[in-house]
Amino acid sequence: MIPALIVFGYLAIVVYIGVFAFRRAHGREEVEDYFLANRSLGPFVFLMSLFGTNMTAFAILGSSGHAFHNGIVTYGLMASASALVIPLTLFLIGTRVWALGKRLGFITPVQLFRDRWETSHVGTVIFAVQAALLVPYIIIGMMGGGTTLHAISGGAVPFWLGGAVVALVVMSYVFFGGMRGTAWVNTFQTVLFLVFGAIAVVVIGAGMGGFRASAGALLASPDSFLLTRERVPPAYFFSYTFIPLSSIAFPHITIFCLTARRMAQFKKTVVFYPLCILAIWFPCVFLGVMANRATDVPEIREKVEARETLAAEGARLSPGEREALKARAEADDVLLLLLERYAPLWLAGILGAGIMAAVMATDSQILALSTMFTEDVFAHYEGKARFGEAAQVHTGRAFVIIITVVAYLVALRAPETIFALGVQYAFTGFAALAPLLVAALFWRGSTKWGALASTLWAAAAVAGVAVFQAAVPAPPPGPPTVVWAVGSLDVLARTPGGTSVLGFLPVVPIVLGSALLMAVVSLLTPKPSPATLARYFPGR
Amino acid sequence: MSHTLSRGLLALAVLIVYLLHQDLWLWRTARPLVFGFVPVGLFYHVAYSVLAALLMWLLVSRAWPKHLEQDAERHGQDRDRSA
Repeated sequence: MIPALIVFGYLAIVVYIGVFAFRRAHGREEVEDYFLANRSLGPFVFLMSLFGTNMTAFAILGSSGHAFHNGIVTYGLMASASALVIPLTLFLIGTRVWALGKRLGFITPVQLFRDRWETSHVGTVIFAVQAALLVPYIIIGMMGGGTTLHAISGGAVPFWLGGAVVALVVMSYVFFGGMRGTAWVNTFQTVLFLVFGAIAVVVIGAGMGGFRASAGALLASPDSFLLTRERVPPAYFFSYTFIPLSSIAFPHITIFCLTARRMAQFKKTVVFYPLCILAIWFPCVFLGVMANRATDVPEIREKVEARETLAAEGARLSPGEREALKARAEADDVLLLLLERYAPLWLAGILGAGIMAAVMATDSQILALSTMFTEDVFAHYEGKARFGEAAQVHTGRAFVIIITVVAYLVALRAPETIFALGVQYAFTGFAALAPLLVAALFWRGSTKWGALASTLWAAAAVAGVAVFQAAVPAPPPGPPTVVWAVGSLDVLARTPGGTSVLGFLPVVPIVLGSALLMAVVSLLTPKPSPATLARYFPGR
Repeated sequence: MSHTLSRGLLALAVLIVYLLHQDLWLWRTARPLVFGFVPVGLFYHVAYSVLAALLMWLLVSRAWPKHLEQDAERHGQDRDRSA
């Protein structure tokens, strides 16, 4: 119960930070102050908060769980690819978005698209697709909050209460503090995790009898494949370099780029971002792999046994039996189990709070959705003109409450797997929307029709993958189910973990298709007026 | 070195680092264990993260879009005044 009390203490601090940020705003009801912290964040808060915003429950719990079953490949798939692509997109796209926001007063990416391509309705379509891809993320965050608080308290806090507490806390500091409160909370969370994460690695390593002994024993065991990438096809590995393109296209990240006081604040963020990834992901992945040796923990032993049974007998089992084994092998809680077994209670509590914070990264998405609704719908369709700026901020705050309550109610009733899949598709969908930003910022010839084609393709392709995976059941571990082949070339296949197109993840053809449509349709349709182009490409 | 050549070399550096992510030569081996416990394939990608940071430092110091910042500051002040 001590870890749970520490977590509740942490939640109280978080609410206080939100209220403090509200006081800092001196009661101003200005749109840029609430939604963008008045474009005033300093370099440290900008780096830590941007990193914290990207560091969701997937980074902390998901990476350890993935590494537990798949080994060291997890770092190459999700961390080192992001270490290059995310700062590169911040450098190339984030800085330009910031400059345009400062110059032309944008608050959301849709405002930029509407102005750049002289369109209203295409902007509304982009808004709808962005919102549809963002909602599952918020719901899964609520579920993660309930599950984590339930686990940390040893079952004393039921799921519904844990979810309600997390929803209330997030709603409070987003409601009061807006972007300033959210940024400060994310900074606090990131620092907490960086400091205590390092301590946890040392403590767990010592508890397991030293990592040298654990690594040596794993290397000599049948699970030695976890220390190599022999079971991962290179095309699959390559596909993951496309996923981090989603980061800059997520509205909460694009909007966050507008909060920096000066463009120079991107410099430290861009340079230190890969090192922050290293500092968080390396311990999570390494501990996830080494957890395979912690078979003195009954829950971990059960997961290892379930994986081995699935691998050895999966083909002979019914789909229902396979799903039951997959559920038993589910490993997103290995980090929590290691903490519980090897860390002292106070450290487990603080790390639990850090993990809780990562789960609560849903705050930025709630604020982004609220910002998008108030700017792209309410203000765009004359709400601001009719009711004024203060009413717009009130609408944003009301929307924060509505989103949180609805997400909590859905989280209570819906099965988690549906939304977990939704999040999986969200990364692909936002990666496919990245060509919109590239075209808007770098290509004079891009048009609203190109943007529309690209957006509709992204939405349709992601929906197509979802339908395909629902219609064709996942095969047992082993060779994929080939649905379409040309000669000896497998064009479309259902794999145990998803879908494969010519051996690649769907994100590769979907992103390339999006870029191609943007190019071809733009070439065939009329460009925006010279006046607009002159504003975006002065001196050319 | 001309501006275009410098930009071209930086773009080439980005491409090379991107391709280095696909380290096929370390695919099937765990040995050596660096520091006695980090499999070489994992160590490579840890080092790759440091390389990415160095590349970003190079981009920031050699190709920083100063003109965007100057334009934005100037126009931003105009916008504040008009508001």
